[in-house]
Amino acid sequence: MYDAGKVMIGLAVFACIFLFPFLYNHGEASPKPKPSLDTPAIKALPQKKCVEDTRFMITTHMQFLNHWRDQALRDGNRWYVNKEGRKIWISLQNTCLRCHSNKKEFCDKCHNYAGVEPYCWDCHYDPNGSKL
Amino acid sequence: MAARILFPLGVVFIIVAVALVGGSISFLQPLFSVVLLYVAFAVFFFGFMARVVYWAKSPVPFRIPTTAGQEISLPWIKWSKIDNPSTTGGVLLRMFFEICLFRSLFRNLRSDLRSGWLIHSPTKWLWFLALGFHYSFLVIALRHLRLFVQPIPGFVETLDAVDGMFQIGIPPIYLTDIIILLAVSGLLIRRLCLPKVRFISLAADYFPLFLILGIVISGLLMRFVFRVDITAVKALANGVVSFHPVVPKGIGAIFFVHLALVCTLIAYFPFSKLMHMGGVFMTPTRNLANTNRMAYHENPWRKPPKFHSYEEYEDMYRDYMKEAGLPLEREE
Repeated sequence: MYDAGKVMIGLAVFACIFLFPFLYNHGEASPKPKPSLDTPAIKALPQKKCVEDTRFMITTHMQFLNHWRDQALRDGNRWYVNKEGRKIWISLQNTCLRCHSNKKEFCDKCHNYAGVEPYCWDCHYDPNGSKL
Repeated sequence: MAARILFPLGVVFIIVAVALVGGSISFLQPLFSVVLLYVAFAVFFFGFMARVVYWAKSPVPFRIPTTAGQEISLPWIKWSKIDNPSTTGGVLLRMFFEICLFRSLFRNLRSDLRSGWLIHSPTKWLWFLALGFHYSFLVIALRHLRLFVQPIPGFVETLDAVDGMFQIGIPPIYLTDIIILLAVSGLLIRRLCLPKVRFISLAADYFPLFLILGIVISGLLMRFVFRVDITAVKALANGVVSFHPVVPKGIGAIFFVHLALVCTLIAYFPFSKLMHMGGVFMTPTRNLANTNRMAYHENPWRKPPKFHSYEEYEDMYRDYMKEAGLPLEREE
């Protein structure tokens, strides 16, 4: 091999960059978080159902909330009719956060895990404590 | 000519179809995620190393830098220090401009015959698209670290915030997603529409373009249309790099399409033109200082030549020469 020293340095840099995630985790997996549904309001519900089905809420709640915002604030229509025909008042603080009053154990769990920083809290605040 | 375009396109469609089927069957999901990732990572990593070592075994007996400017000469002649470097510092600068800013592409010229005159004029399209594409790809690759490591490093979060700074829609549209989509499309259109470029383009030129376009489109579809549970995706990716692989239930088939295309790309990497990632550092036309006449360069495989001196010759044939009465330097 010619210029072995320089080539080895280059390959070492490549290996460090490529192996970074493997070394950074040093063999410890971080399992998928379980957002807590343990709040008084949810416990008191006769039927534990969100505004739509769980699968949809897990994957698509962000687009759904964005749609809610547009409907409530831009179209002035604060009533949402879900797939089952139930009428729901559109409000993050008075509808969503009434049940999910545990932002830290619910919202933040997955958001921190996936590295997502939603800008909900630029305008809204968490009525159950915690900072703005 | 059409086969060169349709064959790689067909291969990409087959990969998509196979992944779509495999990702929908739950007992095949480990094969199409964890196994595929480990195989692709191993092929990429060891293949890349092997290719670089293979290249490093080729001797470069003489300096062959491209002299893209005036070489060092008499003091009153202006020396082009970066385009014709004769010092290590100059070479480092040249390599920096080449690798980070694609200087060679920036110097691209087009030549036209206009009313009998051969006109050369600068054209920056290739440079512009290439720069946009490569930097977007880099940022996107780094952003994906958020799915592999925990806790997420600060620079990844910053990159994410800057990339999505316009906060258009939820989830926010990343600038790099738009740039890479436009740039890859532009590079593909360049190959398809310019007759001279199409003439020299092979299946190996189209295949990476179709693959990357497929990756971008499947990624965008996953983010905006066919949403998947991102925490499940992270659990999978994080499990793979921490050697505790898990395949969480309920990840949509679109994820497996995206992953299959990415794994194909990185496994194909060491065998393809994409190896210019390592090769750009090893280009003798760029990484050698132009010291052809300033320094003595010995051929690295030169062996000392075997001389046969007259003394040795005489020693060999002394008896016969004596017999024939030929004159000798030494009698004994």
